[in-house]
Amino acid sequence: MLFEPYQTEDFFDEMFASDGVTRPHYRGVADALNTVPAAEFRNKQAAVEAAFMRGGVTFTVYSDSQGTERIFPFDCVPRVIPAEEWEVIERGLIQRLTALNLFLHDIYHDQKIIKDRVIPPQYLLSAKHFRREFMHFSVPKDIYVHICGSDLIRDRDGRYLVLEDNLRCPSGASYMLENRAALKRTFPELFLASGVHPVNEYPAELLKVLQYCAPAKFASNDAPNAVLLTPGVFNSAYFEHAFLARQMGIPIVEGRDLVVRDFKVFMRTTSGLVKVDVIYRRIDDDFLDPSVFRADSLLGVPGLVNAYRAGNVSLANSIGTGVADDKVVYYFVPKMIKYYLGEEPILPNVDTYLASEPKDCAFILDNLAKLVVKSANEAGGYGMLMGPWAAKEEIEEFRKMIEENPRNFIAQNPISLSRHPTWTGENFEGRHIDLRPYILYGEKIVVTPGGLTRVALRKGSLVVNSSQGGGSKDTWVLRQ
Amino acid sequence: MPLPAPTREEISRHKQSTVMLSRVAGSLYWMSRYLERAENQARLIDVNLQILLDFGQVPDETLKEHWVPILRSSGDEDLFFQLYETADSGNVTEFLTFRTENPNSLISCICNARENARQVRDQISSEMWEVLNDAYHFIQDANAHKVWSEGASAFYDQIKRFSHLFQGITVSTFSRSEGFEFIQFGKYLERADKITRLLDIKYHILLPKATDVGGAVDTAQWHAVLRSASAVEAYRRFYVADILFKKVVEFLIFQDSFPRSLMFCLEQMNDFIQLITNGAESAEGRRFSDFLSRVSGAQVNQVFNQGLHEFLQKAQLEIAAIGGYLFTTYMYHPPVDIQAEIRFHQQQEQQQQIR
Repeated sequence: MLFEPYQTEDFFDEMFASDGVTRPHYRGVADALNTVPAAEFRNKQAAVEAAFMRGGVTFTVYSDSQGTERIFPFDCVPRVIPAEEWEVIERGLIQRLTALNLFLHDIYHDQKIIKDRVIPPQYLLSAKHFRREFMHFSVPKDIYVHICGSDLIRDRDGRYLVLEDNLRCPSGASYMLENRAALKRTFPELFLASGVHPVNEYPAELLKVLQYCAPAKFASNDAPNAVLLTPGVFNSAYFEHAFLARQMGIPIVEGRDLVVRDFKVFMRTTSGLVKVDVIYRRIDDDFLDPSVFRADSLLGVPGLVNAYRAGNVSLANSIGTGVADDKVVYYFVPKMIKYYLGEEPILPNVDTYLASEPKDCAFILDNLAKLVVKSANEAGGYGMLMGPWAAKEEIEEFRKMIEENPRNFIAQNPISLSRHPTWTGENFEGRHIDLRPYILYGEKIVVTPGGLTRVALRKGSLVVNSSQGGGSKDTWVLRQ
Repeated sequence: MPLPAPTREEISRHKQSTVMLSRVAGSLYWMSRYLERAENQARLIDVNLQILLDFGQVPDETLKEHWVPILRSSGDEDLFFQLYETADSGNVTEFLTFRTENPNSLISCICNARENARQVRDQISSEMWEVLNDAYHFIQDANAHKVWSEGASAFYDQIKRFSHLFQGITVSTFSRSEGFEFIQFGKYLERADKITRLLDIKYHILLPKATDVGGAVDTAQWHAVLRSASAVEAYRRFYVADILFKKVVEFLIFQDSFPRSLMFCLEQMNDFIQLITNGAESAEGRRFSDFLSRVSGAQVNQVFNQGLHEFLQKAQLEIAAIGGYLFTTYMYHPPVDIQAEIRFHQQQEQQQQIR
C-alpha cells in the first residue's frame, strides 16, 4: 500500500484528514493508487518525464549560464478539489477580478477611490507600474485584465487565502493543459473512479476573450485578427506561447514581425502586410514599444502605443495593469471589494504589514527573523526573505533595504501552507503546494475548473515557483 | 513520372486564407534543408566508411586520397586541416559527424534543423517536432568513440531513419498550404545541390592513369557514388549489372523517375516555385525555367563534352540563384532599423498632439 507510511505531520494535508484517514474526495485516487506497486509507479513517473522531454514541454531558467531547457517536473498524484469547495473559490475569484478591474478603470479615470480616502494616494503615484500616460484612456469594453492568475494557498486550518494577484502576463496555463493530457495517458484508471471537469476549453475561451476585446473601431464580417506577441524562443516561457497560439489557431509573432504604419499594426507576411486587430502580448509594458517605453528594448514594436492610443489595436492585458500587481496594492484589495461592490471579500488576503506605515514598519524590523518579507514588484519568488529560515547576513541585508525604501516592502506571517503527498523518487512525502487558477475576462468572467497546483519539491521548502525548483500537479475539480 | 504542373485553378485552391509570416516561411525552409543535408551527409560518410573495408589495410596516402575529395567537394577541406593533421577515417568521420565548428557536420545540421523547428513550433505537428527532438537528443548523447565501438553503420542508419520518419510524417500530417510548399522546396533544393556535389567527388579524386579507368578501384568508387544516393537497385533495373561511369552519371542526372536524381529534384523545385510565387513571373524564375529546359533536353555525352565538373558547377550556381531569389522575395524582410522606426513614430506622435 503506497500511502500506508505517509505522515501528515503538523500541516493541513489535502489528501489525508489525519494519518491513514483519506478525505472523501480523494477516495477514488487513493483506491486506485494504493494498489500500484512502487516500482510501477516509479516507471510511470519516469515515462511521464521522458514524454515531456520528447514533447519539449520545457522551461528555460534565466539564472542558468547556458539557459538550458529543463522539464517542468510533474508529479503524478493529482490535487483534488470537491465541487462545493470550488464553488466558493470560483465566486471569490470572480468577485476579486471584478473589483480589480473596476479599480484599474477608476484609477486611470476619476480616481474616486483616492478621493474617498480609501487608498492613500502616495501608494498609487509611487507604484512602479502606474502608467500616468494612460490616464483617461478608454480601453475596449472597459476591460483592463483579460487574463488573471490569482494565487491561492491554504493555511493550517484549511482556509483558502489569496497570496497574490498576477495581472500582467500570468503563465502556466499550458502546463495545466499538458499535465492533464499526461495524467490521462499515464494513469487513465484514476479518471474512471472520479468525475473530473475538463480543462481543455481554455484555449477556446481565451480566443473568445481576445476576439471580444477587439477595438471599437473594428468593423468587419470576418473575425478580428488576433496574434500572440512573444519575446521569442529564448524566453523561458516560449513553449507556452507557441502552445497556446497553436491551440487557438492564431499566429505567434515577435516584435520584428510587426510594423506600424498609419497608426495601424501589420504583420510581415509572404503576401505582404496584413493588419492586426488584437495582440495577446506576453511582453511587459516596459518592453512593448521602444519609442515610448524602454528605448533599449529589442522585443517591442516602435509605434505600437501610437496605434493603441488611436484605437486601432487592442492589447490583452491592457497597458497599465501592473499597478495592481504591486504587492503593496494587494494589501488594499479587500477594501476595493467593499468600496466598488459593497461586499465582504469571499476569499481573504493573507494578513499583511506595510513597511511604509510607521507602526507596521517598527513591527517588521523587530521581527524580521519571524516574518516573510517581499519586494513590492518582484516575481518568481525572487526578492523575498523567508525570515525563519534565513541567515543573519540576509536578514541584515533586508533590514537595510527596508530602511532605505520602505515603500518597496511588505511582510506577512509565514503561513503554514497545506501539503500534498508528492513522489520523492522513493516514496510519498508531504510537500507544500499552492494553486494558480486561470481567470478569463471577456463577455463574462470565466474561471477554468482546475488550474496549476505548484509544488515545492524540496523537503520543507515553501517556494513553489518553477524558476526556483518547483514542480506541478494536475488539478481536478470534481463534478460533485 | 514527375507531378504534372499545377493549373491556375489548382494554384489558387492551394492558397489558404491563413497568412504566413516571412520569418516562419524561412524557418520551415531551413528546417527542411538542414535535415536533408544531415541525411545526405549520413549516407555519404556511411558508404565511404564501408567501401574502405573492401580494401583491407590501407596506407595513409591512399586513405587521404579517399577522404580529401569528399572534404573538397563540400568545401570543408581548409577547415578540416585547421583542426586535424591527417585525413584518416577517424578524424574525417569525427569532423563530418560531431564537430560543431563544422557548420556542415551532422550535429550542426541536426541542431539547426531542430532550432528552426523550435522557432516555428506552432506550425508543425507534435509528431514532426518529436522526431527532430529525438534526433537531437540521439546525436547529443553519442560521441565519436561510442560510434566506433558500437557500430558506425547503425548510427548513420538511425540518422537516415529520423529523416525518413520526418518526411513521412510531414507528408501525412502537414496541410497542403504555404508552409508545405516551403518545406518541400527546401528539401528538393538541398537534395539537388547534394547530388551535384556527390557526383563531383569523383572529379576531385586524382585523375587515374589511363589503365585505371574501369579498373577495380574506379568501379568501386562509382559504386560508392550510387550507394550514397541509395540508387544501386534502381540503377540495376535500368542498366546491366556493370557499373559503367557514364551510365551512373546519366542515371543520377537525367533519370526523372528516380527521386534522388538531379532531374527529378529540379522538376519538383519547379512545381513548388509555381505554387510559392502563385505563378508570378520574374527574371530569376525565367532563368531557372531556361536552365531546367536545357537540362531536360540534354544528353550525357553533351555533359562529358562540356566537362562533368563544369556542368555540375553550373548546376550548383543555378540552384543557388533560384534559392536566393525565393528567399529574399518571400522568406526575408530586412532587419528593422529600430532607431529609425523610433524616431519616425515619435514624430508621428508629436504631429498627432499638434492637431
